[in-house]
Amino acid sequence: MFEGYSLAELGSIFAMQGFAGLILFSVFVLMALGLAIIFGQMGVINMAHGEFMILGAYVTYLCSTFISSYAPALFPVYFFIAMALAFVASGALGMLVEWAMIRFLYRRPLDTLLATWGLSLILQQVFRSVFGAREVGVVLPDWLMGSVAVTGTIEVPINGLFVMALTTAITVAIYAVMFRSRWGQGVRAVMQNRVMAGAVGINTEKVDRYTFGLGCGIAGVAGSAFTMVGSTGPTSGQLYIVDTFLVVVFGGAQSLIGTIASAFTISQAQSTMEFFLSGSTAKVLTLLTVVVILMLRPQGLFVLKVRR
Amino acid sequence: MTRTPQSLPQGRRLGRIDGDVAGILLLAALLIIVLPLGLDIFRLNMVGKYLTYAFVALGLVLCWGSAGILSLGQGIFFGIGGYCMAMFLKLEASSPEATKIQSTPGIPDFMDWNQLKELPWFWEPFHSLTFATIAVVAVPALLAFIVGLAMFKRRVGGVYFAIITQAFAAILTILIIGQQGYTGGINGITDLRTLKGWDIRTDEAKLVLYFVNAALLIGCILLCLHVRRSKLGRILVALRDKEDRVRFSGYDVANFKIFVFCFAAALSAVGGAMFTLQVGFMSPSFVGIVPSIEMVIYCAVGGRLSLLGAVYGTLLVNWAKTMLSESFPELWLFAMGALFIGVVMVFPNGLAGLYQQFIAPRLGRLLPRPASRASAPIIPPHTAAD
Amino acid sequence: MSSDKINADKTIGGLPSPLRRKLLLGMAALPAVGLLPRGALAQALPTDAVNTTKLAVTDSTVKVGILHSTTGTMAISETGSVQAEKLAIAQINEMGGVLGRKIEVIQEDGASDWPTFAEKARKLLVEDKVAAVFGCWTSASRKAVLPVFEQYNGMLYYPTFYEGLEQSKNVIYTGQEATQQILAGLDWVTKEKGAKSFFLIGSDYIWPRTSNKIARKHIEMHGQKVVGEEYFPLGHTQFNSVINKIKLTKPDVIYASVVGGSNVAFYKQLKAAGIDLNKQTLMTISVTEDEMLGIGGENIAGAYACMKYFQSLKNPNNEKFVAAFKKMWGGESVIGDVTQAGYLGPWLWKLTAEKAKSFDVDKIAAASPGIEFTGAPEGYVRVHENHHLWSKTRVGRARTDGQFDVVFETADLIEPNPFPKGYQ
Repeated sequence: MFEGYSLAELGSIFAMQGFAGLILFSVFVLMALGLAIIFGQMGVINMAHGEFMILGAYVTYLCSTFISSYAPALFPVYFFIAMALAFVASGALGMLVEWAMIRFLYRRPLDTLLATWGLSLILQQVFRSVFGAREVGVVLPDWLMGSVAVTGTIEVPINGLFVMALTTAITVAIYAVMFRSRWGQGVRAVMQNRVMAGAVGINTEKVDRYTFGLGCGIAGVAGSAFTMVGSTGPTSGQLYIVDTFLVVVFGGAQSLIGTIASAFTISQAQSTMEFFLSGSTAKVLTLLTVVVILMLRPQGLFVLKVRR
Repeated sequence: MTRTPQSLPQGRRLGRIDGDVAGILLLAALLIIVLPLGLDIFRLNMVGKYLTYAFVALGLVLCWGSAGILSLGQGIFFGIGGYCMAMFLKLEASSPEATKIQSTPGIPDFMDWNQLKELPWFWEPFHSLTFATIAVVAVPALLAFIVGLAMFKRRVGGVYFAIITQAFAAILTILIIGQQGYTGGINGITDLRTLKGWDIRTDEAKLVLYFVNAALLIGCILLCLHVRRSKLGRILVALRDKEDRVRFSGYDVANFKIFVFCFAAALSAVGGAMFTLQVGFMSPSFVGIVPSIEMVIYCAVGGRLSLLGAVYGTLLVNWAKTMLSESFPELWLFAMGALFIGVVMVFPNGLAGLYQQFIAPRLGRLLPRPASRASAPIIPPHTAAD
Repeated sequence: MSSDKINADKTIGGLPSPLRRKLLLGMAALPAVGLLPRGALAQALPTDAVNTTKLAVTDSTVKVGILHSTTGTMAISETGSVQAEKLAIAQINEMGGVLGRKIEVIQEDGASDWPTFAEKARKLLVEDKVAAVFGCWTSASRKAVLPVFEQYNGMLYYPTFYEGLEQSKNVIYTGQEATQQILAGLDWVTKEKGAKSFFLIGSDYIWPRTSNKIARKHIEMHGQKVVGEEYFPLGHTQFNSVINKIKLTKPDVIYASVVGGSNVAFYKQLKAAGIDLNKQTLMTISVTEDEMLGIGGENIAGAYACMKYFQSLKNPNNEKFVAAFKKMWGGESVIGDVTQAGYLGPWLWKLTAEKAKSFDVDKIAAASPGIEFTGAPEGYVRVHENHHLWSKTRVGRARTDGQFDVVFETADLIEPNPFPKGYQ
């Protein structure tokens, strides 16, 4: 497929292809981070993760319609407001769900799986009743669309850059919260030994609630960012769920670094294969490879020793 | 249609047998006498379709309820069983005379549209009904064996197993849809007409198939009961509750898990094959993630530990789905979602648990001797934890 | 009888004036029976005569079914068809119904689930004994119900453009089959844009694959080149790699048949990657006004869509149709190709029943070829021997406001050819 192209052309194509892989990587990390916190740290399988993302996307949609009709001057920066609101909305709903449902189900991960699947069905129908069955189009400010020409032939999509920057920022923020703050210390303590953590005076219930809320909030931000690259409809969330879980499991569930590493591996593999093979085949091969590796190495890429 | 109680496996206590037998006889009477008399052929065919899902639910009772292995990929096996049967029926429907307008007569129509010039090698053996029938059970069991071997030998279980089986369901769906020349793609294998010359689309055929299906289901319940009553069944329960102890006692835990997973897969596949026969087609929409997880809810609603409960749960959920989607389509997803949540949080033992809690004691008071037993022990709080 | 007549008069009197004028015009155009009062017509055609197969027909009513998904993933797409079919039925009833009988609708939900479609089709035919069914959207649902319609001898009016390779006595296909949609569009883009190379991209299932197969044959027959052909699983949302391939192969035309949520992602990423659809020709056969809502006009403006109908079509029929549709379903609603095809179903059935002077399915099936509908929003259509429609192919150019500018239409009606020789 490369005959008839100059070396420069090939070089720029490969540069852009590498960049496509990086965008996919950022997307995977965004999807998986919230889930990794909830699943890895709390042992809860949140099948409604995709719906929390879509909630963020709908919040963004509402923001864009609201601001473009009432405060058009703010439109260029509305996306930041929308992301903050998406975080708050999804996080608040997450905390509510934790309070009403999840807290009764700790230590029964398979049951959380079923219950949150039920929640995802309910949320889908709520979206459908409120926003209609059709997909909604989120209008983006102009500066987020289009691409930057790095050289004459290499063009880099701006929203891709934005997603990458956002991913970096969120990852750093999570690192700071989880590993550099007192609250994060509490979360890790609860995860490693709930009883002892309680004994030293950590309010484990409160930690659980905020951790779940944080995970869902990040899902909301991810959903908000995905309005730039994907669709927003009542059932869009389900599209992400298998990929997201595989990323988390593949990385080794308790390890945030593992999640990032696995997102990198899977995204690069998929994007390279998509380039050389056709789309469907690439997808099947990527999934199969991940599943086979997981069967051979069930603990995932990175393992964190945890006493349960 | 059903077997006589004498052919039942001998249990330890007389009372136990009586309870189960009474339950099974009641179900048999309902399926074989009450429903056919009470419903027209249209509704009865629908019940027949629901009952094919009950095979999957039975498998899940053993696999998930008894052994604690939650598979979110039972649709895979249901689908493969259905596809094996559909391949046979499709070949019969694609005789050279029936397909003479095609550019290559004698192959299924969808292959002709995809420029296939001859039957793919793996379709060839499906000219034989015997082979197809064996394949219905053998292919899913073999696949389950491979997956089980890889995973259980490495002590993968619980959540990881659930997610990986789910990923398999996703992969298989993409494959079936993508390889449309060999599988019929998203449309599935449709327009199935005859089984060895016998038209399966007529009302009489549907009635006969319904009875065959019901009898098979009762047979499978008896088989499951036998497995559960055996020493094997008790080991399964033991390894669900304290896997390490079973391992320390010298059992190879993985082998038991592999067995029960294969068994559940084979049961699902029988259901799939009966589905194809009664509905008249098979499509990838029964293989994917959503149907697979819905099948889990059938089992959960019935009570994940109760074989009979699984059948009633399947019937109830599907009946509710049909009724609600006929009259209040918007409510259906709410109801389904609430069912998932409720069955986990409020009544984890499902219908069987409710029966044990509320109806059995009263029955016990009415009847001179205890007619029922605790067929569904209440789930201990940590069962599902890995 | 007389109360019937009064009712009929009242409803016509209550119509908004443009619609009323249209209906009156339409009535004038119909054969003389159309002008008889309903009671007289029902008397002239006694139920025993028009219904010899025990359909649900009385002296004053006839039952039909609407069978679409109102729940599940396909509800998004099928809502428009339901609305159009109900509009057509309401209009027909206001004109006095079919053979003097008012149409009563039994609507069933296929719930995006193919066995449910088969089940509900059986219910409509066996329990409700409807005279005709308007419904189905995906090929999979049609394939599931087809044996039911053939077994119980029902009549299905199927509105979606589809891959062809099918023909049944029991189905009237009011959408276009693949060659009707593809060939004229390819010829146009060749002539207009001087296209030499094409990149085919679609969702991975039967319709895009069959369509692209026909497109590829046509392209290669004319000495042009296909430089890439790619399929992605339904619901796929990452297209950056394939966009790079497109950049590498520099096709004159991107030929897209991506559907559903993937559509939105594809166009957004295409735009973000700096592919300007005003410079790069893109032709799609899967984006109608309905899909534009989700994609967002600004992301797809400049692309060409090849359809038989666009909402912006300028003709008196269409203007009245759009006005009536918006009046019934709200000013926000948009009308895509399939919605319009759904609207044709009830009208074609009415015209056929009046030609056959019967509701019997066999007579309807036999009378269908040659039926002409002059009031179609897309313009004149005629039913072919093979139960598909003769219709024009049109090319529209997407605008930022979610509508299309019609830039081309074929001079003549295109013959439907579900089994195209040389394209298989």
